[in-house]
Amino acid sequence: MARALIKVSPNPKRGEVIEIKTLISHEMETGFRHTNTGTAIPRDIITTFVATYNGEEIFAAQLFPAIAANPFITFYTIAKESGTLEFRWTGDNGYTASEQVKIAVE
Amino acid sequence: MGETGKHRAGQATSSTRREVLRFASTVALGGVLPSLAVRPAAATPATMKSAIAAVIGDAKLNAGRVKLEIPPLVENGNTVACAVAVESPMSASDYVKAIHVFNEKNPQPNVISVKLGPRAGRPAIATRIRLSDTQTVTAIAEMSDGSFWSHSVNVVITLGACLEDPL
Repeated sequence: MARALIKVSPNPKRGEVIEIKTLISHEMETGFRHTNTGTAIPRDIITTFVATYNGEEIFAAQLFPAIAANPFITFYTIAKESGTLEFRWTGDNGYTASEQVKIAVE
Repeated sequence: MGETGKHRAGQATSSTRREVLRFASTVALGGVLPSLAVRPAAATPATMKSAIAAVIGDAKLNAGRVKLEIPPLVENGNTVACAVAVESPMSASDYVKAIHVFNEKNPQPNVISVKLGPRAGRPAIATRIRLSDTQTVTAIAEMSDGSFWSHSVNVVITLGACLEDPL
């Protein structure tokens, strides 16, 4: 299980725009590099990232090899109701990872 | 007389030898250059244009409303902080649908494509990207009314990512 870090205000006010910072450990091998002996290193990246808020999709990103290792993505959403934020990363070679954060809206 | 003649003859042969060597070296260089050129095909401004065309289609690309924040001088292209913010009220009828980031000279023109909706509240993203060379990075925002807005920034890279990575 890959290590993922999520930073979000746990007690936002209703209607407030909250910042969500996500970071996941992943090498993001581009597929354009070679070893010393000249063999190509196959691509191994995270291709999609989706964030849902109580089941509703609030953010989706398609990632390319130009994203740095350990993809860090910051975005915003409106705190509507208390509930769960779920984050899901999927990538090459059947890679999946997910993380959940509960927020209580005041 | 005979000696100078000999000497001249020697000069003549040595100059031709030099010429032969020079010719040989250019041939050798010519032979080396194509093998140097065998690298992953880098994206060019043209491929960036075609990648942008694939996203926006026939729509007009306007300048403005988008702010791409990226340092103008970067020491290490492996991680470059990159933030995009768009001016939009983000109401139910007028919001930012998508943000795309493109580059000119990485092996691939795409960097990231993001889908947003009115629930985003603030149409802004931040991430860290790789840049292989000194180049122009372009951010494009797609609005709910179908218009496209862009902002380009020229970034100078001291140490590029991707190909120069030591292993």
